[in-house]
Amino acid sequence: MSEAFQVKSDPELWEKLGMDVARFSGMPGMLTTAYTNVFLSQKNRPAAMAYFDGMVENIHTGRIHEIMAVKESGKPVIGTFCVYVPEELIVAAGGVCVGLCGGAQGSIADAEKILPRNICPMVKSAFGFKVGKICPYFQAVDLVYGETTCDAKKKTWELLDRYVPTHVMEIPQMKRERDKKLWVEEVKDFKVAVDKISGTETSFDDIAAAIKTINAKRASLQRLNSLRHHNPSPISGKDMLLIEQIAFYDEPVRFAEKVHELCDELEKRIADGISVAPVSTPRILVSGTPMALPNWKLHNIIETSGAVVVNEESCIGTRYYKDLIDEGSTTVDQQLERLTERYMKIDCSCFTPNDERIDQVIKEYEESGAQGIIDYCLQFCHTYNIEAIKLSEACKQRGIPFMAIESDYSPDDVGQLQTRVEAFIEQITG
Amino acid sequence: MHIGIDLGSRTLKAVVWQDGAIIRHQVTESSFDPHHQALAFLEQHPTARVVATGYGRHLLQQHAELDVITEIKAHALGARQLFPNCRTILDVGGQDSKVILLDERGRVTSFQMNDKCAAGTGRFLEMMAVSLGYDLEAFGRAAAETEVGAPINSMCAVFAESEVVSLKNQGIPPATIARSVHLAVAGRLAAMVAKSGYGDHLVFSGGVANNATLVALLEKELRVPILVPTIPSIVGALGAALHGSRSLIQE
Ligand code: SF4
Ligand code: SF4
Repeated sequence: MSEAFQVKSDPELWEKLGMDVARFSGMPGMLTTAYTNVFLSQKNRPAAMAYFDGMVENIHTGRIHEIMAVKESGKPVIGTFCVYVPEELIVAAGGVCVGLCGGAQGSIADAEKILPRNICPMVKSAFGFKVGKICPYFQAVDLVYGETTCDAKKKTWELLDRYVPTHVMEIPQMKRERDKKLWVEEVKDFKVAVDKISGTETSFDDIAAAIKTINAKRASLQRLNSLRHHNPSPISGKDMLLIEQIAFYDEPVRFAEKVHELCDELEKRIADGISVAPVSTPRILVSGTPMALPNWKLHNIIETSGAVVVNEESCIGTRYYKDLIDEGSTTVDQQLERLTERYMKIDCSCFTPNDERIDQVIKEYEESGAQGIIDYCLQFCHTYNIEAIKLSEACKQRGIPFMAIESDYSPDDVGQLQTRVEAFIEQITG
Repeated sequence: MHIGIDLGSRTLKAVVWQDGAIIRHQVTESSFDPHHQALAFLEQHPTARVVATGYGRHLLQQHAELDVITEIKAHALGARQLFPNCRTILDVGGQDSKVILLDERGRVTSFQMNDKCAAGTGRFLEMMAVSLGYDLEAFGRAAAETEVGAPINSMCAVFAESEVVSLKNQGIPPATIARSVHLAVAGRLAAMVAKSGYGDHLVFSGGVANNATLVALLEKELRVPILVPTIPSIVGALGAALHGSRSLIQE
């Protein structure tokens, strides 16, 4: 029998990182309870989930020690908020890239002391983590690299810079040839900023190796996602979402290895007919805005209402791993161009036009064997909210059951969401 | 015998269905110990098959042997029983309002629920009535006494209340203000229905449908006949009872 799950504490480490230790010390207990209720209560989980449970136990301790070791060796540790910022270049410099998006209600009040209330909860939560000094990752980074995707983010960077050095990558709003030129230049600037921390220029070989590493990580998630599409589902949507979230802070080589181990187990489960839900379970695709750790709200509602989530069309989901970088470059310039081309394929609603995303959602709907789409929009995210109109029209045309949900991290609307999700499931099952 | 219980946030509705007819129904305030009231009702019919719906359905399930369905499905079933050709339902209860669209066979094709705020719900009308010193019935009647209304711009319950106060202070007659509140609510509900799309008639359920002035204003806005059940607040409970009787046939 393994020991009971417990998120670990390390006040000494937190002290060293300049955190508000007194306040943060309650966090591991809260996360332990939440995780136990949401994840460990699930029946018939794959055994290989043990590694990912461990990643949660070590989220504020073991993994931070690893990152600090990299940092102390003079390598860059960089925080990002968007899948448009190329982690390959950080890995090429021997560094660590961590996604800092916030998914917790607990830090929102800290943010609202400064920021307006009516902006995206993900931005507020992240900002609150920094000002409240209650996130070890935020404390560990050399700098953060933001971007100009949505208004909430790009204006928040100006304020965040007061607490932690904040660089901004200009991400265009359209995808024309001239936008690509600008983008490549921005990628080059990013490389310079990363290299400056380690004091050495990353070489062609470094970049080639990093592209391979991150391609392999994304490919492992592709494999997992396609196994997960099997009906009956060999793994729950909640567990899949968790793995997609862990992808943003784990060491990439080890992570890919562990994902493949899980995939091997799932293949065996499929062959043996083992699943987490019967074939008749209604299958839901979730599309829309990212769900940053520990935001499990919608998945938990869906899966405790008798359905299973079979795909996340999201940045913490397929938008992160659907495309790989061509590995055949022969010069650094070519590498950076191929890299930029891959990043330009990400279909975020911050772009206009963005019709390829609508096609992508429909494609994933078909591939995953889903029976309905729930579009998830974080409150005050205008671009995804407006794009939901086109998505809903596309679904209507094809007779795909569709429902748009707008929500934040607060528990206030859980009752209403539950009713809406249950009614949507009734609608699918007839 | 089949019982449908609709445990709303403010009222408890129960229907007993037997041999194709409602043989008993009950509507009570649920603000005080709603489960106890529901269980007391069930005790009187120990052999009935029970289906619960509404806000408190899951909680009730922990105390009694019963099935649950959502309010959406319950209203769809109930409204179709009363009006067999119905394709659009507007349900306005104490705490929320919803529009439900059905296909020709009565299955739900889409639905819309109002956001977190109280505007366009029974609660909003009640608050406005109280601040004008009316009871609910008198409030509706007063609004029918006059053709004129002063504009109420805010549909946030909190702000609208202060607008009502300021209209009162300006010496505007209460009936005019009552009319204004009704116009504002009818406008809001009509917009919600229009956004979903509707056919050649509409079924209006929920306690607020008892307000004839509001029904008339809504009819004028939407320009289709609005059908109101004899007891509009028990449509959900009826649907729940019907669900029980039909799933039994399927088994
Ligand atoms: S939703 Fe858009 S802005 Fe947000 S992380 Fe994804 S790509 Fe970046
Ligand atoms: S979810 Fe929308 S509003 Fe929030 S950070 Fe992403 S793009 Fe910006």
